[in-house]
Amino acid sequence: MQIPIEAILFALLIAMAIVIGRMRDLFAAAMLTGMFSLMSAGLFTLMDAVDVAFTEAAVGAGVSTVLLLGTLSVTRQQERMRPTRPLPLMVVLFTGAALLWGTLDMPAYGDPNAFAHNDITRAFIQGTAETFEIPNAVTAVLGSYRGYDTLGETTVIFAAIVGVMAALGRSHTQPGHHDPVEAGPDAARSHMRMRDKAILRVIAKAFIPFILLFGLYVQFHGDFGPGGGFQAGVIVAAGFVLYGLIFGLDNAERVAPPRIVEIGAALGVLLFAGTGIVNMLQGGMFLDYSTLGAHAGEPMTKEHITHGLHRGLLLIEGGVGITVACSILMIFYQFSGRGRH
Amino acid sequence: METIDLSRLIGLWVYPIVIVLMMIGLYIVMAHENLIKKIMGLNIFQVSVIMFYVAVGKVRGGTPPILDPEGPWRETLFSNPLPHVLMLTAIVVGIATTALGLSFVVRIQEAYGTTEEDEIHELDSASANGADEPTA
Repeated sequence: MQIPIEAILFALLIAMAIVIGRMRDLFAAAMLTGMFSLMSAGLFTLMDAVDVAFTEAAVGAGVSTVLLLGTLSVTRQQERMRPTRPLPLMVVLFTGAALLWGTLDMPAYGDPNAFAHNDITRAFIQGTAETFEIPNAVTAVLGSYRGYDTLGETTVIFAAIVGVMAALGRSHTQPGHHDPVEAGPDAARSHMRMRDKAILRVIAKAFIPFILLFGLYVQFHGDFGPGGGFQAGVIVAAGFVLYGLIFGLDNAERVAPPRIVEIGAALGVLLFAGTGIVNMLQGGMFLDYSTLGAHAGEPMTKEHITHGLHRGLLLIEGGVGITVACSILMIFYQFSGRGRH
Repeated sequence: METIDLSRLIGLWVYPIVIVLMMIGLYIVMAHENLIKKIMGLNIFQVSVIMFYVAVGKVRGGTPPILDPEGPWRETLFSNPLPHVLMLTAIVVGIATTALGLSFVVRIQEAYGTTEEDEIHELDSASANGADEPTA
């Protein structure tokens, strides 16, 4: 019998998840969490979800690992040993059994006639080809067919960084607010050590321009292939985070001042919602981009509509990219500013 | 009672695996006292939910939903783009909420000096008792 490659990846994922659960060393568990994400990105590619895989690889393997390590730099790195308790295990077994029972009615994995692939999905594909005239159906659905959703998600990201900023504050504007003795000197020394390492310094300097360039490519190529604002934002932010990790937070804040990053996060949401408002002012509906292609005094042709849609996608993907990049950079600033004196 | 069709059950093989992953994540969230470990468990849980949705969108023999508008897209079988859209935004929202959770962990560490939940409860009840003592 042929074993599908998905099954092998799944087996590895389950093994990793169990090891993450059992590990007492939180540092190692954080690294494994990153690998877990990278491997699930591979699995998403096998399931044809290239855009999802792209995002998961950038977010899960890159950004969330940096955040976990940032938190671990101010907390204890060992989890305390405790005896296994039976109650959570029972709850989990019961929930799992209930979920299993629920999936028994599902259509088979990969069944082309499953209800999920009904008329509306075919309409999305057809609209992408005929109305949008772009290759990537995911971008068309993300930006236009489910544009309200995407605006909501972008706003959630913005709200989350407002929450992070409210919780952590800007530590250097509030000296003495927390106890810097525990982590501060250590963190500063590790920054010094990183900066002193010639290999890291040279490699980072050589890589960062390419990371940023790749980010721009992903941003503007999102209509044609996997990519778009969410992925590009994460990649661009990763370039700055890498700079901050190697050359220290102070230098990173000089390159991208927190004030501007703060404004950028709000600006992206404004650009997205503003596009919708402009559509309304032009006589269309909220986030109906076709009005952007209208020429004064001329009747709307199919070409005008397609142009309008392209402009709309460009604007809102730009808004998403700006918000995501600024949010993730801001989160990095907040976390690493915490461990510094 | 309807008979259970074994070949149909085998066709569902992805879902039990995803549920096992989901439950490992849920167990870590519930059974571990360390707040950072809980967030790692939450991440595993989140990835498995995303995996579930993406698995629903997969079409056997299909290709990623990237088409050639001037090519033979009508004759091509594509996987469902809708779950992909919903899940890729969910991933980015997930990292934002993870960051929010971790920022609370940092604040708890600063206020209590620990990230173990039971120790935090002990400190809480100790300080509550301590506040009662002078009045008692």
